[in-house]
Amino acid sequence: MSETGEYPDDLQHGSGGLAEAEDQAGQTRAPHRVIGTPSPAEAHILLATEHPDAAPPVPRELPADPPDLVKAKRAERVVATLFILAMLSGFAFIASYVGFPVHTVDRVLRSNLALGTSLTLSLLFLGAGTVIWVRQLMPDVELTEQRKPLASPENDRQAFAQTFKEGADASQFIKRPVLRRTLIAATVPLGLAPVLLLRDMGPLPRTSLRHTAWRKGTRLVISGTNRPLRPADFDSPGGMITVIPEGYQDNDVELAKAATIIIKFAPGQLQPPTVMNWTVDNIVAYSKICTHVGCPVALYEQTTHHILCPCHQSTFDATKGATVLFGPASRPLPQLPITTDAAGYLVAQSDYHEPVGPSFWERG
Amino acid sequence: MSWITARRRHPAAGYAVVLLGLIAIGIVYAAFTAPGSPASAAAPAAARQDIAEGQALFARTCATCHGMNAQGTSAGPSLIGVGAAAVDFQVSTGRMPAAEIGAEMDRKPPRFGAKQTHELAAYIASLGGGPAIPAPEQVAAAGANVALGQQLFITNCAQCHNFVGAGGALTYGKYAPPLTASTPTQIYEAMLTGPEAMPLFNDSTITPSEKRDIAAYVTETRAEPNPGGFSLGRVGPVTEGIVVWLGGIGLLVASAWWIAAKRREQA
Amino acid sequence: MNMANQPAGDAGGGPVEKALASTGTFLDDRFRAAKSTRTFLRKIFPDHWSFLLGEIALYSFIILLLTGTFLTFFFKPSMTSVVYHGSYVHLDGVRMSEAYSSTLNISFDVRGGLLMRQIHHWAADLFMGAIMAHMIRIFFTGAYRKPREFNWLIGIVLFTLGMLEGLFGYSLPDDLLSGAGLRILEGVIQSLPIVGTYVAFFLFGGQFPGDVIIPRLYILHVLLIPGLLLALITAHLFFMFHQKHTQMPGKGHTDQNVVGQPMYPYFMAKTGAFFFFTFGVTALLATFAQINPIWLYGPFTPVAISAGSQPDFYMGMLEGALRMFPSWSWNVLGHTFAFNVFIPGLLPLGLLFTGAALWPFIERWILRDQREHHVNDRPRNAPTRTAIGIAVIAAYGVFWLEGANDVIAAHFAIPLYTTTVIARYAIFIVPAIAYTVTKRICLGLQRKDAHLLEHGVETGIIRQLPDGEYIEVTRPVDEEAYAVLTARATEPQALPQPTEDDENGVPDPAARGSIGKLRLRLNRVLTENVPLPIGNGHSNGHGEPERAAVTTGDPARPAVGPGGDSPSESA
Repeated sequence: MSETGEYPDDLQHGSGGLAEAEDQAGQTRAPHRVIGTPSPAEAHILLATEHPDAAPPVPRELPADPPDLVKAKRAERVVATLFILAMLSGFAFIASYVGFPVHTVDRVLRSNLALGTSLTLSLLFLGAGTVIWVRQLMPDVELTEQRKPLASPENDRQAFAQTFKEGADASQFIKRPVLRRTLIAATVPLGLAPVLLLRDMGPLPRTSLRHTAWRKGTRLVISGTNRPLRPADFDSPGGMITVIPEGYQDNDVELAKAATIIIKFAPGQLQPPTVMNWTVDNIVAYSKICTHVGCPVALYEQTTHHILCPCHQSTFDATKGATVLFGPASRPLPQLPITTDAAGYLVAQSDYHEPVGPSFWERG
Repeated sequence: MSWITARRRHPAAGYAVVLLGLIAIGIVYAAFTAPGSPASAAAPAAARQDIAEGQALFARTCATCHGMNAQGTSAGPSLIGVGAAAVDFQVSTGRMPAAEIGAEMDRKPPRFGAKQTHELAAYIASLGGGPAIPAPEQVAAAGANVALGQQLFITNCAQCHNFVGAGGALTYGKYAPPLTASTPTQIYEAMLTGPEAMPLFNDSTITPSEKRDIAAYVTETRAEPNPGGFSLGRVGPVTEGIVVWLGGIGLLVASAWWIAAKRREQA
Repeated sequence: MNMANQPAGDAGGGPVEKALASTGTFLDDRFRAAKSTRTFLRKIFPDHWSFLLGEIALYSFIILLLTGTFLTFFFKPSMTSVVYHGSYVHLDGVRMSEAYSSTLNISFDVRGGLLMRQIHHWAADLFMGAIMAHMIRIFFTGAYRKPREFNWLIGIVLFTLGMLEGLFGYSLPDDLLSGAGLRILEGVIQSLPIVGTYVAFFLFGGQFPGDVIIPRLYILHVLLIPGLLLALITAHLFFMFHQKHTQMPGKGHTDQNVVGQPMYPYFMAKTGAFFFFTFGVTALLATFAQINPIWLYGPFTPVAISAGSQPDFYMGMLEGALRMFPSWSWNVLGHTFAFNVFIPGLLPLGLLFTGAALWPFIERWILRDQREHHVNDRPRNAPTRTAIGIAVIAAYGVFWLEGANDVIAAHFAIPLYTTTVIARYAIFIVPAIAYTVTKRICLGLQRKDAHLLEHGVETGIIRQLPDGEYIEVTRPVDEEAYAVLTARATEPQALPQPTEDDENGVPDPAARGSIGKLRLRLNRVLTENVPLPIGNGHSNGHGEPERAAVTTGDPARPAVGPGGDSPSESA
C-alpha cells in the first residue's frame, strides 16, 4: 500500500515534504504525500483543462482502509454500540418530555434531570463514537499542502492597480474636485440623520436628578408593608429600617432615588456633621442610594455604626453624617430632614438638600 | 520494577502525584472538620426555681465577662434589659459562652441544653425585662405569608445575609452568618434583639406576624430543592464562573486532547 | 465532466459514484463547483488540541442561537408591572415585571424550559471562557502575526461584543441581581463627563429604571449583536480558511506548507465530534449545576440589594476595578469629575483591548519583522512575549478576584477591607513578579531544550568507564523532537541589529533618534533568548551557537545560557 500512489520523481516538489516517512526504529509510518499546486507545466498533465476527454488518472491520496482490519472491526462494534446508546438516550429524551410534567419545584427538578441527562448522554455518546470512528477506523494519514505566498504576484498587483486607476480616471472622481466635494457635502446630512433620529430615545436630564419624591409633610412608610411610623414605634437604639415616601410603593423610578434608611441611636451618639435639626429623637434618615454608583446601601453594623454598601464596599459613618470611611464613594450619603406631623408620624421636612445617588457632571 | 516505578517518567506522572496529594489533603481536612450540630429548640415559660438555677449557672459560666450582676465588664457588655430572647439566641446557637473574644462570635455546638438555656434566660429576664422568647405558634411556618416574607427579607436582610441567607462579609473580619442552621425561633430572636453587629427590628417596626413571615421565607427557601441541579452554594455568579472554567473548559480541553492525540503505531 | 474516471476507485463505491453522477452533476451544471469544492475537501488541517479552543467558542455560539431562539418564543421583553400567580408559590402575589414573570414561566411551566435557560446561560459563560482561552493561545503562540492581524482584531471585537451580549442577556429577566448590575451600569455611564447624563437618559428612556430598558436590551441581544457576531465570526472563519491554519513546530512543518489531515472526511468528523462534546458538556452543566436561579433572587426592586452581588465572570474585571479604586473625585465650577467611577469603568478594559489590538503591530515594529508566519512559536521560545502575556493575565486576575472580594472575604475569613487594600498593591506588584518569574521560567526551559539538544536524552543506563567514572548513557533526540526543539533556529526572533556604523561610518537609520534608540532597547529585551547548540547528541559541552543572530544581537552584551554568564553544565 505504501508503495503505490506516490508521486513520480519528476513531480516531487515542495521543500517541506519528505519522500517517505521512516522513523529511527525503521518502521514505515503512513505514507507522507505532497499535495500542492503543480507547476504550470505539470498542470497541463494533471488537470486536463484543455483536453477534457484525455484526463489522465489522478493518483490516490487516501488509503481505503486502516491497516489492521481486525482491530477496525472491533472498533466498529464499539462505535456502533455508542451510537445505539445515543439513539436510546434520544428516545429517553422524548419519553422524558412526555412523561415528566412540570409546574412545581420538585417536578421541575425531576423533569430537568431526566431531560438533561438523556440529552447529555445522547450528545456525549455521539461525540465519543465519532471520535473513535475517526481514530480507529479511518486510516491514519499525514498529508502536506503547499502554501502560496499570500502576496499576489507582481503582475497581478500591477494589473489590479491599472484597472483601479483606469476606473478612477473614468469616474472623473479625482479629476473633478467639485463633483467630489459636493458628493461628500450631499451625504453628510443623510449620514447624520440616523443619529438625529435617536434624539427621542429619552428626555433631557434637565434637573430631574436633583430632586426626589420627598416633600414637606410626606410620611415615611416602611418598605414592604407601607405602614407609617411614630418615633415611639422605632425607639430601640440599634434599630434600622428601610422607608419610602407614602404613596410611591409602586413607582420604581421614584423609589430608585427616594429610598431611605432610618436608624435609631442612643442619646449622645450622633455627632456633627449630622444635622441634629433634621433628626427626631435620635432617629436619623439617610439616603439609601449609594453615592458611588447607586446600589442600595443598607448594610448597617450596629456595633461600629458603619453603613456598608455591599456592591463595592463604600462605608459611611452613620453617627457622623454618613461621611465616607472607606471604599470608592467620594461623597457622604445625603441626610433627609425629618420631623413629626400633627398625628405624631414621622414625615419629611423637605426634599433632600442635595442630589442623591451617583455623581454626575452637572451635579456641582 | 513495580508498576508505579515503571511509569515514573510518564509525562502525566507529575500531575498524577499532585492530584493524589490534593485528594489526600481534602479527605484529611474533611475528616477533621465535622459540621456543627444544630441548636436545640426554644424553652417554656420561666419559674422561680428556673431563675435561681439560672443565677447559679450564670455565676459559674458568664459572670467572668459579664459581671456577677450582669452589669457588664470591659470583657463583655451589660445584659440588663437584653431580655430572654437575646439569651436564648446566644446560648442556643452556641455563641455564648464565648471561648475567645474575636471579631465575631461564631455559631458553635451549644454548651447548654434546652433546660439550662431556659434557666439562664429566665434569670436574665428577671434582671431587667426585655424581649421575651417567642412561643412556638409565633414562629410556625404554617399559614405564614412567604411572599411578604420574601419582600421584607430582600429589603432588610439580604444586603448582609444574601438572597437566601447564605451569608455575607461585614467589615473588620465580621460577617453576617449563613442562616442554614438557624431555627425559626432563632431567626425571630435575632431580628428582635439585634445580636452583635446586626441591627434590631423591634415588634412595632416589623410586627411579630411579619417576623414569622420572614422566618418562614428563610426556612422554606433553604429547604426548597434546586430544580436546576446542584446549587453551587447559592452565592451567585462567583461559583458559576469557577464551575465553567474547571468543569466546562476543563472537560472540553480533555476531550480536545483525546481528539487531537497522536495515534499510537498501528501494528 | 466525467468524474467517475478514477483508476484507484473505491472498493465499495457504487452508490458514491451514482450520487456523484446524478446530484453532483446537477449541482455542478449550475455552479461550476468541482474545482473549488475539491480544494475545500482537500484542505489540510493541522492537529493540535489547542486549535480546538476556538471551536468551543464557535459551537457555543451555535448552541446559544438554538437555545436562544427557543427562549424568544416564551420570553416577554416588557417591564409592565404584573402580580404573579404562577407555579412558583413563594412569589405568589408579588409585584414584578412581565419579563421576570415570563422567565419564571419558562423555568417552571414550560417543559424543558429550565433546561434550555440553563444551557443558554452555561453556553454563554462557556463562549466567553473559550474566547479567552483561545485568545490566550493565539497570543502565546504568536498566531496573531502577519498575515493574521485582521483576525486578531476581529477577535478582540468579538470578545467585546460577547461581553456586551452576555451582560444584556442576563439582564433581560429583570431580577434583583442583574437589575443591580444595570444600576451600576447606569451609574457608570452617568459619571462620564459632559455627556454622561445624556447618554444614560437616552439609553434608559429617562431616569433609572424607567420602563424601556428591557425591551431595548432585548432587541440588542436577539437581533443587533447576534447579527454582528455572526458576520464577524463568518469573516473570522473565512480569513482562517483563506490563509490556512497555523501549525505547531514539527518535523516537516515549515512556513511554506501545512501538514495534517484533510477536511474530508477527517476534519469534518473531528469537528463534528467536538460539536457534540461541546453541546454535551454544556447540557451536562445545565443538568447538574444550577445557574442564575432568578426565582431565588426575586424580582428587581431599586430599594433592595443582596450581599455577594457579582456580575457573570467575564464582567468581573470591571467590578473589581470599581471596588479597588480610591475615592478620588473633583468638584470644580459646578461640575464633578467622578474619577472614582469613570476611570475604573473605562481605563483597565480600555488599556487591555487597546494594548491587545496594537500588540501585533508594536511587536512587528520592534522586531522589524515583515515576514509571514505560519508556524507557531512555542511560548518558551518567545520569553518576553510570554512574560508580558502572563503579566497581563495576572493583572486581569487581580481585578477578577477583587470583583469577588466579599465572597472571598466571607468564605476564607479574610477581613473585608484587607482584600481591597491587598488588591490595590497587588495590581502593581503581582504583574511585575509574574513577568519576571515567567521570563526566567521560559529561559530555563530554553536551557533545558539546549541541554537536550547538546547532550541527548537520558536512557537510564549507567555505564562505568575504565577509569572508574560512572556516566549515564544518552541517546540523541529523535527526528520529531529535534524538529520541535530546533524550530526556533529556523525562525530568528531578531534580525541583526547593527549598532555600529556601516563601512562609511553612517549609523543605521532605524537606530537613529530617541525612537530608534528606544526601538533598539525594546528589541534587545524582546529577543532575549538562550542560544541553540545545533549539534545533536554530541557531548561537546561548549555548545557553540551556529547562528549568532539568535542571541540578543548586541556583541557588547553577553548572551545568556551555557558558556555565557552562568556556569557551564557538565556532560
